[in-house]
Amino acid sequence: MFVELNNLLNTTPDRAEQGKLTLLCDAKTDGSFLVHHFLSFYLKANCKVCFVALIQSFSHYSIVGQKLGVSLTMARERGQLVFLEGLKSAVDVVFQAQKEPHPLQFLREANAGNLKPLFEFVREALKPIDSGEARWTYPVLLVDDLSVLLSLGMGAVAVLDFIHYCRATVCWELKGNVVVLVHDSGDAEDEENDILLNGLSHQSHLILRAEGLATGFCRDVHGQLRILWRRPSQPTVHRDQSFTYQYKIQDKSVSFFAKGMSPAVL
Amino acid sequence: ELPAPLLDDKCKKEFDEDVYNHKTPESNIKMKIAWRYQLLPKMEQIGPVSSSRFGHYYDASKRMPQELIEASNWHGFFLPEKISSTLKVEPCSLTPGYTKLLQFIQNIIYEEGFDGSNPQKKQRNILRIGIQNLGSPLWGDDICCAENGGNSHSLTKFLYVLRGLLRTSLSACIITMPTHLIQNKAIIARVTTLSDIVVGLESFIGSERETNPLYKDYHGLIHIRQIPRLNNLICDESDVKDLAFKLKRKLFTIERLHLPPDLSDTVSRSSKMDLAESAKRLGPGCGMMAGGKKHLDF
Repeated sequence: MFVELNNLLNTTPDRAEQGKLTLLCDAKTDGSFLVHHFLSFYLKANCKVCFVALIQSFSHYSIVGQKLGVSLTMARERGQLVFLEGLKSAVDVVFQAQKEPHPLQFLREANAGNLKPLFEFVREALKPIDSGEARWTYPVLLVDDLSVLLSLGMGAVAVLDFIHYCRATVCWELKGNVVVLVHDSGDAEDEENDILLNGLSHQSHLILRAEGLATGFCRDVHGQLRILWRRPSQPTVHRDQSFTYQYKIQDKSVSFFAKGMSPAVL
Repeated sequence: ELPAPLLDDKCKKEFDEDVYNHKTPESNIKMKIAWRYQLLPKMEQIGPVSSSRFGHYYDASKRMPQELIEASNWHGFFLPEKISSTLKVEPCSLTPGYTKLLQFIQNIIYEEGFDGSNPQKKQRNILRIGIQNLGSPLWGDDICCAENGGNSHSLTKFLYVLRGLLRTSLSACIITMPTHLIQNKAIIARVTTLSDIVVGLESFIGSERETNPLYKDYHGLIHIRQIPRLNNLICDESDVKDLAFKLKRKLFTIERLHLPPDLSDTVSRSSKMDLAESAKRLGPGCGMMAGGKKHLDF
């Protein structure tokens, strides 16, 4: 996790809020550093984490996780991390008939209507174990990334339904958190993606939006992060708070600074 | 129709001489220009320096000898030949062409041990896959013909499963795609997200740039649209964004695009404006210039 980002979000692994939906979004840049942040943050917070990793392999997250001080292999072995490796599973599902329902079953079907098997997988992964003592603090669902589901033939409504069910179970019933990444396709006229992004924006408590700089590439400032706090359950009384920072990604950390205050410029 | 590789030493010498001739004799004279530019490298060449040979070289005017092809271990897939075959294929929702191609690739990966299932006894190697014109009607896909065809998810699903195959085996794949034929911008955005490296080639042939003096030495532009961050938070992004390529008989070069020095006394105003106009279109980073050609003074 990035300590500077924790400071900006006014949170630490020990005292993070529960029952929240966080939306990560990237526009004209790569926002995956935010996924690595939250993965390591919640593992350090001793949460039970279900990671639906659709776009990269386990070893990719594992190697970056090591740089950030967490071992995904060990977390998986001790039962703290349930990792769905989408790419590997897709190969299994497409080339072999599966006996039991598979979370990515929809890849075999021409007109899959919903993501129910995937939700069942998440629910099973995060359900509390009735062994008496609570090993983990609270459950967390992390998805990287939801836009891939649209590329695989699911409609935006089906994906929104899936998140709705996950929120009901993880956030409301189990008092845990959900963190998802959606790309902002900008002017690519991707209607389904826009519906998904807008729908999730309305439901989220916190939106982190990584944007490329409007002026193009810069060696010392990789992008801009907009942090938007929302209170979806208390409409309009308190205005949504929004902050913008610029950032530079380094080998093991990300540094944040106010706009125009990059160390390279000062 | 593969080009002949340059294998023997005679060709190597010829190539090395070719490249050395680029170095002008004045390269050792200190340039007496504005002090600001004195320390900048002269005409930065992208890629390895001329003294090292990197990669493979071909002669585009000759064909690869048949003996060489037959001696190599390669597998070809031509869809019209396979479409009626009884290759056993699991049902899935892709177009039949893509389904067969995936099955074909997966078979080779499994049979030849690239996924670790049959340990490769001989020297370990990487399976190199090349797919041409993906998305074109030759693959049974209609995204080049219709804006919202019935198979709109076939291509992206194919790419996803292919990505899965590549990630779980010792293989690498290069794909060419005629994106100028795809009208649906959303598909191109999705294809980009599903890929690791994305490079765009823009040819000058048939465009107004063909006659532009700025581009006279080159055949087209190269756009590096995406590079991956694999196993890392950072990626090695270059700050050179204006690249042009030229294809010669024995060499494909990529160079940094630069405005040639304006040396002539008699160069006319209008040609200067043309250069500036095309420089405006080089990259999205360049700021908007005031409209009206007559107002440009530089």
